[in-house]
Amino acid sequence: MEDSFIKALSEIVGAQYTLSDPESLACYGYDSTPELQSRPGVVVLPGNSEEIARVMALCEGAGVRVTPRGSGTNLSGGSISFDSGVVLQTSRMNRILEIDEENLTATVETGVITSTLHREVEAKGLFYPPDPGSMNISTMGGNVAENSGGLRGLKYGVTDDYVMGLKTILANGEILKTGGKVVKDVAGYNLNQLLVSSEGTLGVFSEITVKLIPKPQTKKTMLVHFPQLEQAALTVSHIIAARIIPATLEFLDRTTIKCVEDYAHVGLPLDVDAVLLIEVDGHPAQVEEDAAGIRSICERHHCSFFQTAASTEEALKLATARRVALSALARVRPTTILEDATVPRSCIAPMVKLIQDTAKKYDLLIGTFGHAGDGNLHPTCLTDERNPDEIKRAHQAFGEIFEATIAMGGTITGEHGVGVAKKKYLPKLVGESGLKVMRGIKGAFDPRGILNPGKIF
Amino acid sequence: MDFVKLINCMRCGMCLPHCPTYKETFLETASPRGRVALVRKFQEGELVESEKFLEYVSLCLDCQACASACPCGVNAGELVAEFRCERKQEQGLSTMEDLILRKLVPHPDRLEAATAPLRLYQRTGLQKVVRSLGLLKVFPAALERMEGLLPKLPEAPLRQTINEVTPAVGEQKGTVGFFLGCVMSLIFSEASLATVELLSSLGYKVVTPKDQKCCGAPNMLGHDIDGLKEAARFNTDLFQSQQLDFVVTDCGGCGAELKKYGHHLDGEAAATAFSTKVRDISEILATEAGTLKEKLKPLPLKVTYHDPCHIAHCQGIRSQPRALINLIPGIDFRELPEADACCGSAGTYNIEKPEMSDRVLSRKVQNVQKTGADYLVTSNPGCLLQLKKALSEANPPVKVIHLTELLQMSLNA
Ligand SMILES: Cc1cc2nc3c(=O)[nH]c(=O)nc-3n(C[C@H](O)[C@H](O)[C@H](O)COP(=O)(O)OP(=O)(O)OC[C@H]3O[C@@H](n4cnc5c(N)ncnc54)[C@H](O)[C@@H]3O)c2cc1C
Ligand code: SF4
Ligand code: SF4
Repeated sequence: MEDSFIKALSEIVGAQYTLSDPESLACYGYDSTPELQSRPGVVVLPGNSEEIARVMALCEGAGVRVTPRGSGTNLSGGSISFDSGVVLQTSRMNRILEIDEENLTATVETGVITSTLHREVEAKGLFYPPDPGSMNISTMGGNVAENSGGLRGLKYGVTDDYVMGLKTILANGEILKTGGKVVKDVAGYNLNQLLVSSEGTLGVFSEITVKLIPKPQTKKTMLVHFPQLEQAALTVSHIIAARIIPATLEFLDRTTIKCVEDYAHVGLPLDVDAVLLIEVDGHPAQVEEDAAGIRSICERHHCSFFQTAASTEEALKLATARRVALSALARVRPTTILEDATVPRSCIAPMVKLIQDTAKKYDLLIGTFGHAGDGNLHPTCLTDERNPDEIKRAHQAFGEIFEATIAMGGTITGEHGVGVAKKKYLPKLVGESGLKVMRGIKGAFDPRGILNPGKIF
Repeated sequence: MDFVKLINCMRCGMCLPHCPTYKETFLETASPRGRVALVRKFQEGELVESEKFLEYVSLCLDCQACASACPCGVNAGELVAEFRCERKQEQGLSTMEDLILRKLVPHPDRLEAATAPLRLYQRTGLQKVVRSLGLLKVFPAALERMEGLLPKLPEAPLRQTINEVTPAVGEQKGTVGFFLGCVMSLIFSEASLATVELLSSLGYKVVTPKDQKCCGAPNMLGHDIDGLKEAARFNTDLFQSQQLDFVVTDCGGCGAELKKYGHHLDGEAAATAFSTKVRDISEILATEAGTLKEKLKPLPLKVTYHDPCHIAHCQGIRSQPRALINLIPGIDFRELPEADACCGSAGTYNIEKPEMSDRVLSRKVQNVQKTGADYLVTSNPGCLLQLKKALSEANPPVKVIHLTELLQMSLNA
């Protein structure tokens, strides 16, 4: 990158927030995606919307490409600049601008950490449900750009269901305001919804207004063991069919259970196929009724163990197995490839079975856990990046798993985004016409193609 | 360095919100994930040891909060320290480092002699003169900081005055060796006396070998691995020659280092056996909670607790100190926000990196003030030094004491 351009950037955001030393460039050349890395040409950390707008105008004028970045926790390579462009890092923009208790909304700057917002609104008796596993570090901007989901997705939905308004800086530096605090709005195309999950390719969010709801009065946590996978899967379907919508309905498979037990010794049996963690919340009477309904469904499906937490501490204990699942798996081998295949709920059992068979076929260690209630599974391949043959087999295996996912009417990513990691599977999923529309939209927002190029399609 | 330790990092970022330097800067280069990446890229030949590079890695406090948070078992703080040790081994110690780490620290008598003038200086009133005249301003800033941190020193270091054997009160339950930390003995001897008194009142015979040497933590900080190994070997032999049930320390830093002797000496049997016997005082006292509770008398104090990094992150001890404080009748315990975040002391960090240390410290002070406590309890001499000074200047001031001092206060109330 030319010195004069770097200097022009530093005149906008300040020299101390313009990083171009090789060490900084190396540290902004990765996100949480395994195997992918590429050093940007320069990193800028703007402090407000105005600075973002000026950076964008400068870059568009010069035809320099820009990749927005929150905390760099995405799992699809979305925040990596692959063509030595500008990484626009939002971490300085971390103020909660307003919690409006009358309209039940919160307005935040893009770099606010998700769990910080949780804490602040919960202190006021309110609730912002989306809770991705990365919530202690992911930014709100990143959540919106990836349309992140979380453990509470089944009952409460995902980020998309809460975004009411956005302030977005377009590629040419213009400011676009969409939505707002109104609950109903049908004026023109729904641009808000279009921008959610745009993965940094349509504009840079600077402010986000989200919907809040009252905090649930109470909750109940249950842990259930199933000797047979099919029975666990049927239980999931039957709970939903019984019109019970738990806040959380999480699943661990046999490999994951073994890793969790080896690592955390929480007393899980090694001879069961599946463990479900179920949480219901809401009005106390409703919670009691739902918990009783769930228990009888689990028993009908031959669970070998059913435990209900009697206290908050016990609930935390029961949730341990799910909470440490990723840690337990990640410690087994040096490289952890976490995937995101999502199928209709009725296909969970065949999907898990298929993943297990594929692992066997390619001689791989794959543990599967995830949001069973949403059909969103995280097959996690435990491997070693220094073993190219094994890595190749891992990619082949995931190729087959995604093919099967699409065949079952599912999707290649439920919450991690396409980025570059899953680009090659997208045409199969959306078809040529889908791609054509997406390209058209991209062109309307960013005619010179400078915003996060090479991502999604 | 074991390369696997570096590639184990899956770059998930779970460590970032726990890292004090990241929380202050929001810069990836000042985060654990960034530091692992820097060291890895250095090993892979992609980065060289430039001035910036050294600046980034040396900003790490080695507080190991990142290790507590990491799902993959990566310890970025330790990796950075190991990296710096290896570089030091290649480059050799400077004359000054050799003087301090090899000729002074491992010899308790020399260390004590070196601090004697300070004692005199404080006692004769010279300190007041120097302070009021602002004479320290003409000294280099580091010296001024050091001087300002020092509380009033005891009459004599505890190592010189303590009996080798303190008998158990009543029926003897067991025998423990007491490891005196240098700074505890030199500066916080009253707290260590309280430790010994508590142990003996609970039925332990306490053996305090006078020949013991510094645990070696300063060598680790100075990236002097050979000096550390020498200390480990010496102390292992000394304590293993006695019949001891446990080796107890009331210094978080010493405890963390002693527990790693086995690791430092590459799994040597004697050192490993020694390490498995090491206990922080709170671990021993927690097993005696029932007996202790009967002896404790009411203290109507508002108290909060700061987790020293060397206790919480390095030794995983969190519940015991809190449980012990809560044993005291009438105590009003208030949890400290971000209790296990570093206070910025971090060995000699507060002198080497004053600016970052102050930022980290001022966050701690603000959190302490949010609790409204009159007393802050902690159990590591570095934290005691750093926090005593800062909180005595805070408005309103907060008293800072060692856990065993609080328990002794209640015992004797
Ligand atoms: C351990 C772990 C657990 C995870 N669990 C979940 C989970 O449960 N559910 C889930 O959905 N995801 C999960 N993720 C994925 C990831 O955390 C989410 O995608 C998250 O939303 C990314 O946020 P971020 O701030 O790190 O964004 P980044 O990774 O920095 O960026 C993500 C994308 O958003 C774009 N972007 C960032 N900021 C802006 C902005 N201001 N304007 C426009 N575009 C922007 C970037 O260009 C990039 O394409 C997990 C990741 C990890 C490592
Ligand atoms: S050090 Fe651990 S917590 Fe931090 S990014 Fe690496 S794997 Fe994640
Ligand atoms: S040791 Fe402390 S300062 Fe260093 S990287 Fe880890 S958390 Fe950050």
